Amino acid sequence: MANKPIVDFEAIKNNLSNVSKPIQVLNENAEITDQEIFDTFSDDDLVEFMKKMVWERALHEQTMNFSRQGRMGFYAPTEGEEASEMGTVLAMKKQDYLLPAYRDVPQLIQHGATVTEAYLWSRGHVVGNKFKARSMMPQIIIGAAYVEAAGVGLGIKKNKEEDTIAFTYTGDGGTSQGDSYEGMNFAGAYQAPVLFIVQNNGFAISTPRVKQTAAPTLAQKAVAAGIPSVQVDGMDILACYAVAKAARDYMVAGNGPVMIETLTYRFGAHSSAGDDPKRYRTKEQEQPWFEKDPLIRLRKVLEDKGLWSEEQEDKLVDEYKASFKEAIKEADNVAPDKVSDMLKRTFEIPTPEMKQEIDKFEAKESK
Amino acid sequence: MAKKTYIQAITDALDIVLEDDPKTLIFGEDVGKNGGVFRTTQGLQDKYGEDRVFDTPLAESGILGLATGLGLTGWRPIPEIQFMGFSFEAVDQIAGQLARMRFRFDGLKNAPVTIRTPYGGGTHTAEMHADNLENFFTGIPGLRVVMPSNPYDAKGLLISSVENNDPVLFMENLKLYRSMKDDIPDGKYTVPLDKANVVREGNDITIVAYGAEVNEALKVADTLAEKNVSVEVIDLRTVSPIDTETIFKSIQKTHKVVIVQEAQKMAGVGAQVASAIAEGAILSLDAPVGRVAAPNSVYPFALGEDIWIPRAKEIEEKVNEILNY
Ligand SMILES: Cc1ncc(C[n+]2csc(CCOP(=O)(O)OP(=O)(O)O)c2C)c(N)n1
Repeated sequence: MANKPIVDFEAIKNNLSNVSKPIQVLNENAEITDQEIFDTFSDDDLVEFMKKMVWERALHEQTMNFSRQGRMGFYAPTEGEEASEMGTVLAMKKQDYLLPAYRDVPQLIQHGATVTEAYLWSRGHVVGNKFKARSMMPQIIIGAAYVEAAGVGLGIKKNKEEDTIAFTYTGDGGTSQGDSYEGMNFAGAYQAPVLFIVQNNGFAISTPRVKQTAAPTLAQKAVAAGIPSVQVDGMDILACYAVAKAARDYMVAGNGPVMIETLTYRFGAHSSAGDDPKRYRTKEQEQPWFEKDPLIRLRKVLEDKGLWSEEQEDKLVDEYKASFKEAIKEADNVAPDKVSDMLKRTFEIPTPEMKQEIDKFEAKESK
Repeated sequence: MAKKTYIQAITDALDIVLEDDPKTLIFGEDVGKNGGVFRTTQGLQDKYGEDRVFDTPLAESGILGLATGLGLTGWRPIPEIQFMGFSFEAVDQIAGQLARMRFRFDGLKNAPVTIRTPYGGGTHTAEMHADNLENFFTGIPGLRVVMPSNPYDAKGLLISSVENNDPVLFMENLKLYRSMKDDIPDGKYTVPLDKANVVREGNDITIVAYGAEVNEALKVADTLAEKNVSVEVIDLRTVSPIDTETIFKSIQKTHKVVIVQEAQKMAGVGAQVASAIAEGAILSLDAPVGRVAAPNSVYPFALGEDIWIPRAKEIEEKVNEILNY
């Protein structure tokens, strides 16, 4: 028997791990690692990026406060993911479609929903779903956004809408769902303009990324669907923006879909419903990520350039938080939903038995 | 007018809606060049092009997700699930996403999707193909379930379903596909959704049925007519929602009722009809509600179907029992 195996599976397996380094513009010491890309941003751009991240962090802090006061419904914390969320969403244009997951409420607001609507969505009031933006509401079913995004992408293509794409998000856990592969595969098969973004924050609730899949990167899950994909430093807003923008430009030129994996971290709990990350994460493991805080990184660059100060930031945070307090007051003033309205909105043309039910509830509600 | 099979009537309807509205799209597994595994979409790709009638990758959740997304961007999709038994793969997209779209957007947006799928037994298909899943899908608020019993209704109901802005699950009976012909008007006509049809008038007892069982009930009515028993037969046509008004009116005349379904007895359409009668018309009854349904087993393998699916003989027995109560 010959010693040479017919296939060297080990070599093939090792080859899977030969992937490029995640794309980065600013490293964790706030050193510029890609001067050429960095130079494409004006001072105003850099300040704008910082403001957006400060806004998202303030939104998170104030919303957590409201949550502790019992004033919120479901809320998925975003602290730590600002670069990934704001960086990618800032590459969107108004006419683009957004198919967000539950942790992507800040992007939904950036794309046209009001904070009041976001709060009403969190509480479970239908008015929270009535935003004017081209967007789905935050998706709770993991993977579902990906298959729907394929349809939205094909719709855009069929409508011959120029300069328009669909953005959709899921997490590292979401890439294990069959739907996420079906969505990418459909979009690939139809060359539909969909930007699939995986925000890999290391955990699906408590399940670490390594238990999710043996694939060396999540980005390469797109390869089987024939879709180009990259990993990006998800704590570097400049890299996240630049890559999302490049992907969008590539797609509006008539090329098919793209997938981006952002390497990020959720600093706090999975949701505000009492999950305790200490049960599945250690201090030692978390510390390096805290040091990669996207706000610290960009703040340092801006301060060095004399474009940012602590006072300026504090003032902004106060302004933002005041606006969120206004928003929740507005939400408090929205009249509760009625059963008769729920029945009315179930079908465009109410069924005969529904008409009877509507009459019954309207009579009750008018008392 | 021309004599047409159930399949030809459906193809007719699809041709009309594609012609009428450039936003309508047909897609699914093998619906293009192959015209679907039953040839229901035969010729449509040739006529309307690959942009309007196209094959998808093999993934039911993907197909329904595609439909949801296309609906959201202004299209009117008519996806096909090749066999109803495969619809479980798409349940989240149908029940969790599509059927809730209008409700979630408070009417701002909707998803005018008509899902076509063949169902039902008696054709000896392979396992997992022939399930009668209407019991399961009629439990979904926001989704209409339409089940035509003959070629005329199939065409008219399919056109109504596609033109309706709410999602519809349009179930096509496998056995009827080629076993039944009707005179079908050429061109467009519609049959209303949400309305049952009194297909035969009678005074002694009412049979409420839908799908292929309507034809079995009509056979029973013929047989009993020879014995001077006058049977009224109601075809539900839409099984969610159920047109209770037509049923109550009939019972007020006949005072006796037998409900027939091809699906398992548990939960579902027949149970819904019986409970509606208990709520709304019980005092009109002179006898208990009679029910004929398949037993509550898992759907049988091909060779078990013929003894499992209730046919005219079982219906006649039950009708006699209720008449003689
Ligand atoms: C289909 C489905 N299964 C399970 C859940 C429950 N669930 C909610 S969040 C979550 C973890 C998701 O992790 P990931 O995709 O990594 O996103 P992240 O929360 O980290 O942003 C699970 C299992 C769900 N929402 N949907």
